[in-house]
Order: sequence, then structure tokens, then C-alpha cells
Amino acid sequence: MAMHSTPGIQFDGVSKNYGAVKAVRGIDLQIAPGETVALLGPNGAGKSTAIDMMLGLAMPDAGSVRVYGDDPRHAAKAGRIGGMLQLGGLIPFLKVRELIASVAALYPNPLSVDDVIAMTAITDFADRFTNKLSGGQIQRARFAMALVANTDLLILDEPTVAMDVEGRREFWTTMRGVAASGKTVVFATHYLEEADEYADRIILLSEGRIVADGASTELRGLVGGQVVRATLAGAQESELLGLAGVNSVELHGDAVILSCSDSDATVRELFANYPTVRNISVSGAGLEAAFVQLTGDREREAVR
Amino acid sequence: MNTVYLRYELLRTLRNRSAFIFSLGFPVLTFLLIVLSQSRSAFLQRSGGIPPATYYMIGLLGFGGIGAVLSGGGRIAVDRALGWNRQLLLTPLKPGVYLASKIVVGYAVACMTLVVMYAAGIAAGARAPVERWAEMTLLVLIGLIPFAAMGIWVGHVTNADAIGPIMGGSMTLFGMLGGAWFPLSGWMRTLGEYLPSYWMTDAGRVAVGGDGWPLKGWLVIGTWSLVLGVLAARAFRADTKRR
Repeated sequence: MAMHSTPGIQFDGVSKNYGAVKAVRGIDLQIAPGETVALLGPNGAGKSTAIDMMLGLAMPDAGSVRVYGDDPRHAAKAGRIGGMLQLGGLIPFLKVRELIASVAALYPNPLSVDDVIAMTAITDFADRFTNKLSGGQIQRARFAMALVANTDLLILDEPTVAMDVEGRREFWTTMRGVAASGKTVVFATHYLEEADEYADRIILLSEGRIVADGASTELRGLVGGQVVRATLAGAQESELLGLAGVNSVELHGDAVILSCSDSDATVRELFANYPTVRNISVSGAGLEAAFVQLTGDREREAVR
Repeated sequence: MNTVYLRYELLRTLRNRSAFIFSLGFPVLTFLLIVLSQSRSAFLQRSGGIPPATYYMIGLLGFGGIGAVLSGGGRIAVDRALGWNRQLLLTPLKPGVYLASKIVVGYAVACMTLVVMYAAGIAAGARAPVERWAEMTLLVLIGLIPFAAMGIWVGHVTNADAIGPIMGGSMTLFGMLGGAWFPLSGWMRTLGEYLPSYWMTDAGRVAVGGDGWPLKGWLVIGTWSLVLGVLAARAFRADTKRR
């Protein structure tokens, strides 16, 4: 049947500007049913704009966005999208349980409110009024609102942003179960570890463009670099930079960390030029390095 | 109509005591204070033959009812401030149903005001044949239409902080110039006849054997409903449009 080949989400040449700000500049992507996909990127990369277009809250200036082959707004009105926006308060004068029930009532095939309360571990504050919640509890209640819809597609914009470590762990435990049940999950995040650990596929965005798209192992491979670590007394940074294949140098006392494009050549010269070098190790670059290199995120690099 | 959603919209409204006091407590308290201090014979002259209990029952019902339907739409501003409107756009809830829920809940609170005011009115001696009483009630409910539209308009174009003052100010102004506090005469009456609230108070005349609204009354209510309805529809459309 044709239905099987219909992608969950499809972007064709999508661009979106807000005034002079080019939020999204020409994105093509397809997300198949059942995938768990992270939209990863620094602030201002266009993640939220892309999410808003998937949810039908924003319209592309150019190109087209389809959800299950349909206009996202129609898909939303048909109750096919469960969404969690980045920002948003909860209706006052209602208890958390009542709020979830009021949202459940809007969907054709909702989960039971009690089940969702148990799944999202919000039993402790389910009977509390919405204005008596902490920031993390509000996020978890909002997640429960997205889940109770029981849709095949869940779209979450920076879902863990106000959660503490505990809340974040519980959130992802629930999400694992949701993804394992065959649902399509798309989430935006700027936490590398979340994308790495929980997504089958990472779409890396930078300045409104897709700069990488694949499993986290593929993204690491894209950078193609390696890290050579060694113990070496009295080496000069400028000399080390001159070695074959070295892109950058970090010195911490006697510890030398070299980012390389050709680690074999680097190691050969290292032995030749520095007879006293010890403890050489070679490893692939981390996802963090891939992220920095692909997004050109100078800010993050500086923080390290 | 989604009855579960409507039920929670109502629950949320009834639990907000401060808004409730405005629509119910304040009118009934004012009614008792004013009516107990009136001399009936002097009042009949000023009101054109409507006894004080009937006059103020209807006048203050109009006042409280305006507050009820205004705040029904006014809650749209609260939803907007919370980002709740955006959340609802992701759901199958139809925008028209959302709007209807605000109107229905506004009218539901107005009907509670009505029950309380009629009870107070009857206790204070207001009497009328059942069919006259029904006609009077119908006119009051029709008179609230422009204010329901006004609530929706205001809810879309202002922010949540401004809603309280706008509501209080509108209730007082329309109430006073509509004759809810005292029967109007002179220039105030000339002005009042162009306001929908005047004709709500005027509906009390039906109870003592008077006719319903003259053509002028219907025209005033119709014009206000139309203008505010168009403003509300435009604000609603602009607010739910995708950007």
C-alpha cells in the first residue's frame, strides 16, 4: 500500500525568515515512521523554527512541509501530532490531573489519564493545582499532556530544558519506552549527550542549515579527525603545531593533546622528533569535537 | 461541542473566586443596599412606574451579567499570556469551539447571576406574571450579546494584566450610563439611550406591563452587536493565523 511509503515528516527546500533573520535556509529532510530523531544545534540554529513548521504553527516562506503527506495543520487537527512546545504555562485553577484530562478529551484515541500519570511519574503532584508546581514539574506535566494524546508522532521542543537531573532521567526513561513502542519521536535539544544517547539519528543544524544527518557514530566519522595524546616534557606549542597532520594543540603541563587529520603521520614524526615521548594513545574524535567543527560553534569551544 | 473541555473551562472559572465575586456578590450586595434605602413612591416617579425592587433587580443583573460575559472572553488574554492558545493549535480542538466555550461559560456565570438577582428581587418584593418575567429575561440575555463580543475582542487585543481594569471600568461605565445605579434623566438619559446597557435596564419595564424594546432599542443593541462582533471576529482571525 502507498501508505507505507509515506514519510512521517517531509521538508522540501524549506526556508523561513523572521524579518531580517533567516531562521531556516533551505532544508530538505525525511523522517520515517518509527524513527527517533534529534534536532541538535546551538541556540539560533533554527531548531525551534523547524519544529514550529512541523507542528503547523509557522508556515514556510519557501518550500513545503508535510506530516503524513498532509499539511501539518490538518494533521494536527486530525489529532495525529502530540506536541510539546518549548515555552508555555498551564491553565490556572485546574489540578494537573484535570488539565491532562481536558487535553485528553480533545483527541480521538487518548490514553487513560491515570496511565499517563503513572508513566510520567507525576503521581506525587497530580492532585496539586497547576500554579503550585516547580519549573521541572511544569515541564513534566506538559510532557504528560503531549503523551496522553496517544499519537503516532511526538514532536518535542527542548523538552528537558527546565528539568533537574532526576527529572531528566525519569523523562528519558519514559521516552525510551515510548520510542520502543514504535512511535515516531522528534526532539530538539542543545544537549549533545541527549542526542547521542537517545536518538537513532541526529540532524545537526547550524545557522538554519543541515550540516550533518546520521547516526551519532556517523557524525563522529564525518569529522574524520583523531586525537593523539602523549606525555612529553618541555615541548613548545608552535613546534607541535608544525608536526605533520596536526590541526590544533592543547598543553596541560607534560600532557599533550593533538587534534589531527592524519594521526599516522603525526605519530611517526612525534617519535622521530621527540625521543622522550611516552604513553601515546590515538582515539577517534568525540561527538563534541564533531559538533564544534560542523557547527562552527565558537562559543562552546571557548567554554571548554 | 466538547463537553469535557467545556466542563473544565467552567470549573476553572468557578474556582476563580475574585472574578466570581464581581459577577455575583457585588451586584447582589449593591442591590440590597440600594433597594432598602429607597422610598417607593418617590422612586416610581423617577423610574416611570417601575418599582425599585424590579428596577434594580434588572439593572444590577445587567451590570453583573456584563461582568460575566466580558470576563468569559477576557480569559482569552490569560490563555494567550500562558501560550495556551499555541498549545491548543496543536490539538484537534476547533478554534470556533474554543470561542464558543468562552461564550457559553460567560453566559453560564451570567445565568448564575440571574438566579441570585431574581431571588434577591423576589425577596424584596419584585413581582410579575410568568410570561412577562420570561420576556424580560430574554431581553436581558439578548442585551448581553454585544458585551460577549466585546470580551472576545478585548481578550485578543489586550494583555492579561489589562483585563481587570478594562473589565471593571467597562462594567462601571456601562452600568452607570445604562441606569443600573439610578434612573437616568437629562443629558445622561440622552446619551444612555445609545448604549446597550440602557436597554437591558429598560427591560424591567416589561415586568410592570410595559412594552418590550422600541425600534430604537433593537437598533442600538443590533448595531453594538454587529460592530463589536466584527471587531471580535477580526481579532480572533488575526490571532489564530499562522505566521
